[in-house]
Amino acid sequence: MASLTTPSRASGPAGYDVEAVRREFPALAQAVNGHPLIYLDNAATTQKPRVVLAALRQYYERDCANIHRSIHTLGERATEAYEHARRVTQRFLGAGSAREIVFTAGATAGLNLIAQTFGRMQVGPGDEILVTAMEHHSNIVPWQMLGQEKGARLVAAPISDAGELIWEEFERRLTPRTRLLAITHVSNALGTINPLRRLIAAAHAQKIPVVVDGAQAVAHLPVNVAELDCDFYVFSGHKIYAPTGVGVLYGKSEWLERMPPWQGGGDMIRSVSFEATSYNRVPYKFEAGTPNIAGVIALAAALDFALQLGLEASAAHEERLRQLATERLKSIPRLRLIGEAREKVGVLSFVLAGIHPHDVSTLLDQQGIAVRAGHHCAQPLMDRFGVPATSRASLAAYNTAAEIEALAAGIAQVQEMMS
Amino acid sequence: MPDWRELYQELILDHNRRPRNFRRPAAANREAQGFNSLCGDRLVLYLQLRDGVIDDIGFQGAGCAISTASASLLTERLKGKTAAEAEALFRRMHALLTGVPEPEDPAQPELGKLQALAGVAEFPTRVKCATLAWHTLHAALAGGQALVSTEE
Repeated sequence: MASLTTPSRASGPAGYDVEAVRREFPALAQAVNGHPLIYLDNAATTQKPRVVLAALRQYYERDCANIHRSIHTLGERATEAYEHARRVTQRFLGAGSAREIVFTAGATAGLNLIAQTFGRMQVGPGDEILVTAMEHHSNIVPWQMLGQEKGARLVAAPISDAGELIWEEFERRLTPRTRLLAITHVSNALGTINPLRRLIAAAHAQKIPVVVDGAQAVAHLPVNVAELDCDFYVFSGHKIYAPTGVGVLYGKSEWLERMPPWQGGGDMIRSVSFEATSYNRVPYKFEAGTPNIAGVIALAAALDFALQLGLEASAAHEERLRQLATERLKSIPRLRLIGEAREKVGVLSFVLAGIHPHDVSTLLDQQGIAVRAGHHCAQPLMDRFGVPATSRASLAAYNTAAEIEALAAGIAQVQEMMS
Repeated sequence: MPDWRELYQELILDHNRRPRNFRRPAAANREAQGFNSLCGDRLVLYLQLRDGVIDDIGFQGAGCAISTASASLLTERLKGKTAAEAEALFRRMHALLTGVPEPEDPAQPELGKLQALAGVAEFPTRVKCATLAWHTLHAALAGGQALVSTEE
């Protein structure tokens, strides 16, 4: 892994060796429809490096046992690897304690857990839950369901044409009725990075706890929950090189201690009788049933991989590519870029005049280029920009400048094919 | 490897650029809305049915080239046909687009120009784009029966 930061002729200005990074991802070395794969759908999911695949194999080939209960060698190995993953995740997020790390099935599961436990404690009739116009459906629907149950109202802070939160409008919606702010760190459809520290400070000034959806952030910028001072932070493993079906919920221990359990079952209990059950301590009371053990262990491998790559270095690499891609796409006639926030990650949403995003996607795929087409699980946001759907190219640490050039040329070719 | 030219034949591109019957017929008495939740596309299909015959037909909405061309070809083909003929064609098209092999049946309707849509079966992610208009037709005809009976 040390080779990843060794300078080579393929390096960018900061000595980032993208070709060495690419060699760690077996799936990148394939042809699709007769062309080398150019994978630009990283906001949907990332490809997986060898260390993650090796961690899965090691668990299933050597250490496969249930955790926290098996009094034998394999059980001890599996438990140790699982709890090691909790400590790796704690360090990755800058959390104060490993007890503040709950493993979930993903960001969606984390948000539903918070809504159904913390949310039920926090929100009552006539209260307001504040979100923004750029949220993913998974940071809208759980709060809407909670609001319906409790008679509370969901309020959305509007965004500008550039795709940025409008500060005055946001501040105006922090009212004495606001009981919770749920906000994305990075927009999946626009790439906008929200000014979290300022937003969280403003909410906390009015004693409003803050839930952050970090699904699109963790792979693309360093995150420190202690510095952010957020109350909750959730993300999905698969968007940061880990397998699908595993995720993380960080919560301040003062909240986690007071929250009721979410799902009942094994592992979340201390003792059970038919009269009463006492619950296990934090974080185990939120991890009912046998978890995704292999996924959690592989997640730790993925986070270690991201840390060894250096999130500052990979973020700088992605930023150079984003600037190149923005420049190239903006020079294409009849292309409208959607989302031009000053602070953003490598997400490029666009529409071509007279050509539907689905057709763009199919025709780029014919050239081996994978991009997303659709509403990106953000229909209110699509309505805001007056489009039913967009095409979206999203970058990761292993993309190259040559791939950006191929995307731009590919789009021009699509325009020619459909003319 | 499926070729994009199989999917985007000149006829498809032409119907996408210049959709036929892209309007609401003034005397339309049936309509149904089709919605593709995968991409958010919507289309509305309008029928003017009289004595079981489609006197006029049109559609509106926004969609990809495949769904627009499919709707356009549908309207072109069905003007003047009976509801029963339209239903038979719906079944034939559904089998064609989803790649279901059909038994030889001399009674089934000829495809004609609609054969141009056959390439979609090789593109699993795009099948729904092509079937949207046909499902919407099916709904409009089914909903229309009840309306016809109340008018009669």
